[in-house]
Amino acid sequence: MKKYILDLKLTAVERLHERYVLLKATDCQKPLPEMQPGQFAQLQIEGSKQTFLRRPISIHYVDRKQNEVWFLVQTVGDGTRQLARMQAGDTLNVILPLGNGFTMPSDASARVLQVGGGVGVAPLLYMGAVMREKGIEPTFLLGARSAGDLLQLDKFRALGRVFVTTEDGSMGEKGFVTQHSLLQQEKFTQISVCGPKPMMVAVARYAKSADTPCEVSLENMMACGLGACLCCVEDTETGNVCVCKEGPVFDIKKLKWQI
Amino acid sequence: MADLRTNIAGLQLCNPVMTASGTFGYGLEFQDFVNLEQIGGIIVKGTTLQPRQGNPYPRMAETAQGMLNCVGLQNKGVDYFCEHIYPQIKDIRTNMIVNVSGNSPEDYAECAARINELEHIPAIELNISCPNVKHGGMAFGTTTDGAASVVKAVREAYKKTLIVKLSPNVTSITDIALAVQDAGADAVSLINTLMGMAIDAEKRKRVLSIGTGGLSGPCVKPVALRMVYQVAHAVRIPVIGLGGISCATDAVEFLLAGASAVEIGTANFLDPAITVKVAEGINAYLDRHGFQSVKDIIGICE
Ligand SMILES: Cc1cc2nc3c(=O)[nH]c(=O)nc-3n(C[C@H](O)[C@H](O)[C@H](O)COP(=O)(O)OP(=O)(O)OC[C@H]3O[C@@H](n4cnc5c(N)ncnc54)[C@H](O)[C@@H]3O)c2cc1C
Ligand SMILES: Cc1cc2nc3c(=O)[nH]c(=O)nc-3n(C[C@H](O)[C@H](O)[C@H](O)COP(=O)(O)O)c2cc1C
Ligand code: FES
Repeated sequence: MKKYILDLKLTAVERLHERYVLLKATDCQKPLPEMQPGQFAQLQIEGSKQTFLRRPISIHYVDRKQNEVWFLVQTVGDGTRQLARMQAGDTLNVILPLGNGFTMPSDASARVLQVGGGVGVAPLLYMGAVMREKGIEPTFLLGARSAGDLLQLDKFRALGRVFVTTEDGSMGEKGFVTQHSLLQQEKFTQISVCGPKPMMVAVARYAKSADTPCEVSLENMMACGLGACLCCVEDTETGNVCVCKEGPVFDIKKLKWQI
Repeated sequence: MADLRTNIAGLQLCNPVMTASGTFGYGLEFQDFVNLEQIGGIIVKGTTLQPRQGNPYPRMAETAQGMLNCVGLQNKGVDYFCEHIYPQIKDIRTNMIVNVSGNSPEDYAECAARINELEHIPAIELNISCPNVKHGGMAFGTTTDGAASVVKAVREAYKKTLIVKLSPNVTSITDIALAVQDAGADAVSLINTLMGMAIDAEKRKRVLSIGTGGLSGPCVKPVALRMVYQVAHAVRIPVIGLGGISCATDAVEFLLAGASAVEIGTANFLDPAITVKVAEGINAYLDRHGFQSVKDIIGICE
């Protein structure tokens, strides 16, 4: 897919919770390029002395009617804090779309489970929307530390079935996503996961034992995001490969995780 | 429009802007952003005789105005390059140059000999300055004898333009430059990365997998500029300047210091179209100051 460097204009900056912000950006000149669920963008950070490189952020949602691309950002350091300080009307320079997305089911009878943890829910919204367009109802299993960390629930609910776990029990079932009763009750034909590594490993373990194809989205540290610097590598069955180019989405069978 | 053409020991460049090895892939990764033929030369990834897995992750740490890397020359080896990559890049109409590394003078020479056979590769850049591999790399680049031994061996095996890339991690870079000149190098490029370290205070651990890495980006520019100036004043062969270049003014400074061409590395990560912008900016500078040709400013800074 052709990649673009674009100067986008922010149409909205919504603070969802203390540590999360939703950025909506548009291209004032032309339609946004085609993007696939699971792909990401490299965002340029202005005005942060400590931030030298761009920051990889998933495509959270693409609103074709408004010609908007959305980014869901958790503030963890200086770069993401600077993103959270931006305002509607500001210019955001992005490179997109990057990497390979999740495998999209071709068959309307597919039963796809999308598992997200924390800000890892970001790419799943767009994936759910694309599935919906194809007439497949997605099932979301979303986990977080606490109710306040569950993001965009209303948006997910508008697209499909939503199941929730929180570590403190403040919403949904108490515990981790892999402990949710749903996994005992239903079988899926495909599982797509994005979240903290320990969570993805646990889901991968479940998928393996249930013999269900499973893809995970990795978040290795990146410099270029273009497959040029070889900084973001993951050790796989075929040696070190660039997460930014060969991933960020990988079939768990390709990874050397101990599952 | 000034004349941007320059040459390096017989190698004709449409403009003095090249890309630094390890930061521009094989050029193909940047095709969506720039017309590769508008770049004076593309120096592709470090290539070795045998395939190399490189160092484990993490290989990168961000620093103030720069970054550290310890990629460790991951590549699929020269045979793979010749068979699978060369066919994809041979028709790109600019100077496609291969960066060559090795563990011994014989390794380097063997690798160079294979690349000598490739019609559309007019030059190699010998990396005797990689700080991220145990043997070879920088080990050769930090003594005059080591550097000369590699260059001599390669010179016998390689008939086209031979550029030697120097390490800044030395006491006297001019001594090394003179040694490689005497051993038969056609040109030198400098600098490779400066050896550095990053520590995560919270985790109380070194960040990079092998502990140390090479520093690049704007933070190294003053060091690079000083070295390019010194070397350009000491050698007879052309000098290619690099280290921290991120805009046209930076590039002009290297040309004024005595570089016949420049390479852009880390800045490609921030703006994948930077090379062409720098070339345009050099042209604007020449026009603004009434210079007809880029050659008129090379080394004119006293
Ligand atoms: C393909 C991809 C998609 C991503 N999508 C999103 C997204 O949609 N929303 C979102 O909020 N974040 C996402 N991330 C993570 C995001 O890139 C990092 O959180 C961000 O770069 C941190 O920048 P910073 O300057 O705020 O923090 P820094 O100051 O750079 O770091 C702060 C802390 O966060 C840790 N950290 C930094 N980068 C990463 C990383 N890549 N993975 C894990 N830990 C990291 C550091 O080790 C440090 O402890 C994604 C990462 C990748 C690789
Ligand atoms: C990620 C990365 C990989 C590199 N790989 C190589 C390499 O394979 N061979 C080499 O000679 N130099 C390599 N370098 C060094 C650069 O070519 C260049 O000398 C250095 O980064 C300084 O220039 P800059 O500040 O413009 O980046 C690498 C640099 C980076 C950042
Ligand atoms: S971040 Fe540069 S290769 Fe992936």
